[in-house]
Amino acid sequence: MTTTPQAARRASPRKRKPATPAAPDPSAGLLPQADPVRLLSPDGTPLPSRADYPEPPVEALREMYRRMVVGRRFDAQATALTKQGRLAVYPSSRGQEACQVGGVLALRDDDWVFPTYRESMALTARGIDPVEVLTLLRGDWHCGYDPAERRTAPQCTPLATQCVHAAGLAYGESYQGRDTVAMVFIGDGATSEGDFHEGVNFAAVFKAPVVYFVQNNRYAISVPLSRQTAAPTLAYKGVGYGVPSEQVDGNDPVAVLAVLNRAVAHARAGKGPYLVEAHTYRMEPHTNADDQTRYRDADEVEAWRDRDPIARLETYLRAQAVLDDAAVAEIAEQAEAYAAQLRERMNAQPTVDPLSLFEHVYAQPTPQLVEQREQVRAELAAAQEEDA
Amino acid sequence: MATMTMAKALNAALADAMLDDERVVVFGEDVGQLGGVFRITDGLQARFGDKRCFDTPLAEAGIVGFAVGLAMSGLRPVVEMQFDAFAYPAFEQIASHVAKLRNRTRGALSVPMVIRVPYAGGIGGVEHHCDSSEAYYAHTPGLKVVTPATVADAYSLLREAIDDPDPVVFMEPKKLYFTSAEADLSARTEPFGRAVVRRPGRDATLVAYGPAVPVALEAAEAAREEGWDLEVVDVRTIVPFDDATVTASVRRTGRCVVVQEAQGFAGVGAEIAARVQERCFHALHAPVLRVSGLDIPYPAPMLEHTHLPSVDRVLDAVVRLQWDDQPDPRWLTEGSAA
Repeated sequence: MTTTPQAARRASPRKRKPATPAAPDPSAGLLPQADPVRLLSPDGTPLPSRADYPEPPVEALREMYRRMVVGRRFDAQATALTKQGRLAVYPSSRGQEACQVGGVLALRDDDWVFPTYRESMALTARGIDPVEVLTLLRGDWHCGYDPAERRTAPQCTPLATQCVHAAGLAYGESYQGRDTVAMVFIGDGATSEGDFHEGVNFAAVFKAPVVYFVQNNRYAISVPLSRQTAAPTLAYKGVGYGVPSEQVDGNDPVAVLAVLNRAVAHARAGKGPYLVEAHTYRMEPHTNADDQTRYRDADEVEAWRDRDPIARLETYLRAQAVLDDAAVAEIAEQAEAYAAQLRERMNAQPTVDPLSLFEHVYAQPTPQLVEQREQVRAELAAAQEEDA
Repeated sequence: MATMTMAKALNAALADAMLDDERVVVFGEDVGQLGGVFRITDGLQARFGDKRCFDTPLAEAGIVGFAVGLAMSGLRPVVEMQFDAFAYPAFEQIASHVAKLRNRTRGALSVPMVIRVPYAGGIGGVEHHCDSSEAYYAHTPGLKVVTPATVADAYSLLREAIDDPDPVVFMEPKKLYFTSAEADLSARTEPFGRAVVRRPGRDATLVAYGPAVPVALEAAEAAREEGWDLEVVDVRTIVPFDDATVTASVRRTGRCVVVQEAQGFAGVGAEIAARVQERCFHALHAPVLRVSGLDIPYPAPMLEHTHLPSVDRVLDAVVRLQWDDQPDPRWLTEGSAA
């Protein structure tokens, strides 16, 4: 046996020259995932569970389903009330039930909600009397409910202005040693307003426990999302302010609640604000006064019916054996009773005292207001005398 | 009693309010370490810590909106708008929320906050630094609008503004910041809603506020040499407005000139003139006249003396108060066919 001389071999495995360690990515943990978080497929079958967004307890999801069904019935009733002249106007959130209900379910009762005019469903889901919620839309001059008691700011009409209020309130609460979280509800259009940016920036700089919850329903009245932003999606707006952000399928109730639970926990832990964008769709026109045929096709609306959040959750809960025909029927009955009671109460003509207009302009009316109040009082007396 | 500048009196008012009430927090642009560009917040951060006196991002709507939220949480924010014209980005927050929150919630939420606005000119400031913006605020129901003309009032009105349950826009005349006077900080002057006769007189009433008060007083002094005895009323609180004091004065004198630094058209002076003629018509011997800034954008430093109501302009108006019971020749031909 002859041995062939062999060249000396390397004793150690081949290795590249070690690279200089990369600087940590400053945007790590801030950017949303490339695809919206989804835990249920559109037909309601569960997707693989994931460690970053644990599925909420099934009892919470069952309660979510109940409030979504009641919420949708409330919303339909409110739209009907506009047709009967009982409401001046109503901005529907049909199709956005997972967001409306998920938003309030992620919060404690002592947390604060900063809603817009499209959050009537969220507010009733929070347990606020629906007649109180609809007070302003009925034509009265005030917000209806007691915001201090319900920890819910008046429904905000000037877009995005509540973004800074929430930052201030949340900072003020933590400054005074309370672990309150504030959740801002806004839409896609409002993210173009300066106050959105100032609010998110203030919250970030002051580490205020705020969750900015954007319901991207794809339209600001008629203007589509493409005219609001050139960002990849709205959730990418957080990184510029140093705010961790996430995007979620807004018609997947399980994912919405899971993502919001995490966002609220982040804020409550003192880590500052969080931005969540939910991709959803407004199934109805902007309000009853809007004509959506001028800006979108019926086909587009139809396509979103297949992603209905209530049907999706129902399928899932039935498969989990926590919902059956009897339970579904009972919840539907609750919703009908809720709507019937609302209808009846809204049929009563409200009385509004004109003199109440002077009561809360200031803590004490100015002499000029006292003078004007006396004039109105005299006018009312004269009218009454005429009627008599 | 001690002699101090208006700036020092304002600084003392903030410090004393922070000492008396832990809920008072002061913030804005450059108010922390720097002590404000006019030094009104000088030393507050060092004394009370950076949680109670702090700088914010450079965003006026954010500052005011943040204060709304802080007030909702139970605090008493005092914010500084660095200059009059820089407060305009905050106007939506002020008009739609600060002014209306109490009303929209039937008193369940209130906004006991103070928005300090260094305003008006006479300091050689470049553009956007000398606006008289009081009329925008006074035209907005729900706000109180206050402007001191004396050192004692600067202290007292600011303390009262911070104590007030309603939002107060506190207009600080920049050109008076470094005027000095003796002031007793242990005593409050008259409360909100009270105008004050700064100089009694019998022949005519000059009604003025803020930076126009010293001009009116100087004019009254100069008029004495020409034989007129002029009364000067300092409005102090534009909202709530003290009709009673102004009316009483004009009824005594029978003649009235309203003096303001702001441009005249649709201004606070126009409101005052209208109120005076509504209430004092039968006591008036002449139309109520206004002396104001010109209806132009606030001019460059080299020309601001042309714009600002001067002693001479006030005296010219006094001369036109129909002492001979003849119509004002200035408008004799207006409206007649050419």
